[in-house]
Amino acid sequence: MTKQEALYTYTLRLGDNALIQGHRLSEWCSRGPILEEDLALTNLALDQIGRAQAFLKYAAHIEGQGKTEDDLAYKRGEREFYNNLITELPIGDFAYTIAKQLLISAFEFYQFSELSKSSDETIAGISAKALKEVRYHLVHAQDWCYRLGKGTPVSHKKLQQAFRELWMYTGELFEMDEIDQLLMQDGTAIDLMSLRPDWLNLVGSILADSTIVLPADTYMQTGSRKGIHTEYLGHLLSEVQYLQRAYPDATW
Amino acid sequence: MVNTAPYSKEDILFILAGIVDPEIPVVTIQEMGMLRDVILMDDLCEVIITPTYTGCPAMGIIEHDIVELLIQNGVQNVKVTTSYSPAWTTDWMNDGTKEKLKNFGIAAPIHSSCTNWLNPKSVIVSCPRCNSTHTTMISQFGSTACKALYKCEDCKEPFDYFKCH
Repeated sequence: MTKQEALYTYTLRLGDNALIQGHRLSEWCSRGPILEEDLALTNLALDQIGRAQAFLKYAAHIEGQGKTEDDLAYKRGEREFYNNLITELPIGDFAYTIAKQLLISAFEFYQFSELSKSSDETIAGISAKALKEVRYHLVHAQDWCYRLGKGTPVSHKKLQQAFRELWMYTGELFEMDEIDQLLMQDGTAIDLMSLRPDWLNLVGSILADSTIVLPADTYMQTGSRKGIHTEYLGHLLSEVQYLQRAYPDATW
Repeated sequence: MVNTAPYSKEDILFILAGIVDPEIPVVTIQEMGMLRDVILMDDLCEVIITPTYTGCPAMGIIEHDIVELLIQNGVQNVKVTTSYSPAWTTDWMNDGTKEKLKNFGIAAPIHSSCTNWLNPKSVIVSCPRCNSTHTTMISQFGSTACKALYKCEDCKEPFDYFKCH
């Protein structure tokens, strides 16, 4: 594997995580429990899709075959996507979306804090920008964890159940392979495993303050680094990519 | 072909300074700090802009406005490049710009809310209409990516707060 190939896949991972999570959040548009939340979740979606656009544009540049960010978003198949499985899971109910958002935002907070120091200037620039936005996402998810966790018996039960169901998808966030190893040599990539203790501390303290029990580590799902996904990604892509698949190269 | 020769970099920046932010039409992209640089080459004028937020939907409109305005002024070959580094910050707005925001009904960003991001409710935001400090945050996310939603407990009006970034 050349450095260029590794950097291409590494950047795709960053872009795909943002694109798929952004699309899931956008599904809340007009379905939020209250108007303010409808706006909040779609604002989060907008940040993610903006970030996806920036990373995928860079990935297309690295690949050097004249593609655009749209080509990468709309014309790759399921097995060519490298987003973490947790991002593609259906939105579920509001508590499930909040639990998912807390786990992801806490991870992204540490990930982009480190990546903003990457030796790759473009990755560092986009990451520094993303970090500012992720802070707002994290505070939003944290506040809702408190409210749902300490709210009614029903909201507490739903939030607790959501964390239990999602926990097996958190191991993958910190997975590393030969691509990470190769790019860590010159400081482009970061050591994801080293982020886990801080992430666990932060999530653990927010859950404790929300009277939610931190789930125990058990079997962890895996596969996305190799393009192996849950059954949900194919369905999601069929909606995202419908127009470009039915009418190739259609423009506004 | 008409080249960029009749104009200096300063001329181009002066022309572009007239473009307003499509979502906040009382301030220009220069006042917002989104207009970063102009690079003149033999037959190309490159304009560097930076988004307030990565997903800011106004960027497409701003890009279009830049190209159109320069073509009207006889600059044919225009390229608009989006740069993310250095990351845009509300600290680039000067006091005059903040005053314009306030007069438009948007509370201007307060620097301390950046350092205090984990506890946004501890920041006191004044109502842009009646200047009361008796205000409450309704949501961190408002009508656009860059604004939060507040209400004034004295004059009872809701208002936007331009988030510190």
